[in-house]
Amino acid sequence: MDKPYPEPDPTTQHFWDAVAAGRLDIQRCRTCGEHVFYPRGSICPHCGSLGLDWVTASGRGVVHSFTVVHRAPPEFAGEAPYVVALIDLEEGPRMMSRLLGVDPAGVAVGMPVELSIGGDPLLPYFVTRRS
Amino acid sequence: MAAVGGVAESDLGIVPDKTYLQMMAEASHEALGEAGLTFKDVDGLFSAGGDDYAATMRLAEYLGIRPDLTDSTNIGGASFVAHAGHARTAIAEGRCQVALIAYASTQRSQGGRQLGRGGGVRGPAQFEQVWGLPLPVGAYALAATRHMHQYGTTSEQLAEVAVATRRWAQLNPKAYMRDPTTIEDVLQSRWISEPLHLLDCCLVTDGGGAVVVVSAERARDLPKPPVWILGHGESHTHLGISSMPDLTVTPARWSGTDALAMSGVRREDLDLVELYDSFTITVLLTLEALGFCKPGESGDFVRGGRTGPGGDFPMNTNGGGLSYCHPGMYGIFTLIEATRQLRGECGERQVPDAKLALCNGTGGVLSSAATVVLGRG
Repeated sequence: MDKPYPEPDPTTQHFWDAVAAGRLDIQRCRTCGEHVFYPRGSICPHCGSLGLDWVTASGRGVVHSFTVVHRAPPEFAGEAPYVVALIDLEEGPRMMSRLLGVDPAGVAVGMPVELSIGGDPLLPYFVTRRS
Repeated sequence: MAAVGGVAESDLGIVPDKTYLQMMAEASHEALGEAGLTFKDVDGLFSAGGDDYAATMRLAEYLGIRPDLTDSTNIGGASFVAHAGHARTAIAEGRCQVALIAYASTQRSQGGRQLGRGGGVRGPAQFEQVWGLPLPVGAYALAATRHMHQYGTTSEQLAEVAVATRRWAQLNPKAYMRDPTTIEDVLQSRWISEPLHLLDCCLVTDGGGAVVVVSAERARDLPKPPVWILGHGESHTHLGISSMPDLTVTPARWSGTDALAMSGVRREDLDLVELYDSFTITVLLTLEALGFCKPGESGDFVRGGRTGPGGDFPMNTNGGGLSYCHPGMYGIFTLIEATRQLRGECGERQVPDAKLALCNGTGGVLSSAATVVLGRG
């Protein structure tokens, strides 16, 4: 079975174009200033206002939680065990990603991580960040 | 006022020779029979799941029902507990007199639950599905890791839930898994998605059930004692796990508060609780969200088998989704078991003189919750 890949739509096209260009772009509300993830098009889920701008995130974050996947979905079976994590970005929002190049036993909540775009399909992975 | 007047399971376990529609029909027939009613009496119909689109239209056509009130609300495994609340509201407004709630699934015979999906992913799911998180277990594992980090909860404490639940299953002839199990067995079972082991996870079975809710007027004619729906609540906080506001707080915090307030019942007066136990962590988080203990204290709360037979907090007395049956969406079985307990029909596993029960369904990935408080007449 094919691995799942993102199918960009009018709301998410910008995000995936940015990933292809090596950036993690997220949205920021023009009214309340909160950052937004995943992309919402035009309406802020924090304050309900119209008007979201794209900004480039620092790519830095910390692990909010993680799991070491042993029984992978069939299309990922050859890759197990691997670490899927929720990352709290420096800007505030939380996103899901995969941690690359880590010993699963060494991963901890609160661990600093940074963006590492790669793979096929091209995705915003994360790796350990020093300090 | 509205009362549960009839409950029934379909065939459970591995049911290769029936469709889910037949199983729903058979469970509905039996539940209505228990209430002294037939399909012709049903004027309110509630269902969710199956092929998902238009669940009540499909079921009504199959059964030959033309309802005056129809509700296919699908909020995952919490749906049927929510339906019981909706039925009470509809009956209170005079919109229907006899509500039928039904569900069945043949997910086991169809080859197990879906853990992933290939191909192009549309919409917000494209920010989750591409990472290979097995669903739903991986999402619950993320919540478990966070709870362990915040509160020091241990795998042994999670295992307590599985062990106590299995002890109930040993007293239920209909339970799928009845072999004795120990905390060590749970900890030694293979990893599925750390920190959850195989025995932290619910079963994958076929099965279904039906619940009949009737008006106070109809309740007078019930062959069995009515079980009153005293209060209900529902909520949801997210769909995908990345959007869960707090991985340790389920929406049962709100559904439970509403259900208890409406019922006027105090937590300490409940004789038993039936909680959706999709995973051991689901139970710990739900106990906290419902206010049976403080945030972070659920691991201590379940210690020493106190939720098992003979303990002072009877919970999941049928053996739960962990050991009795789990056909995709379990919520309806919390209603079935609580009703039977309140009628005193549970034989070896009967909670003595049970008068008040709380049922809580959880759906999606800790996404939705629905709670009802039930009381014997």
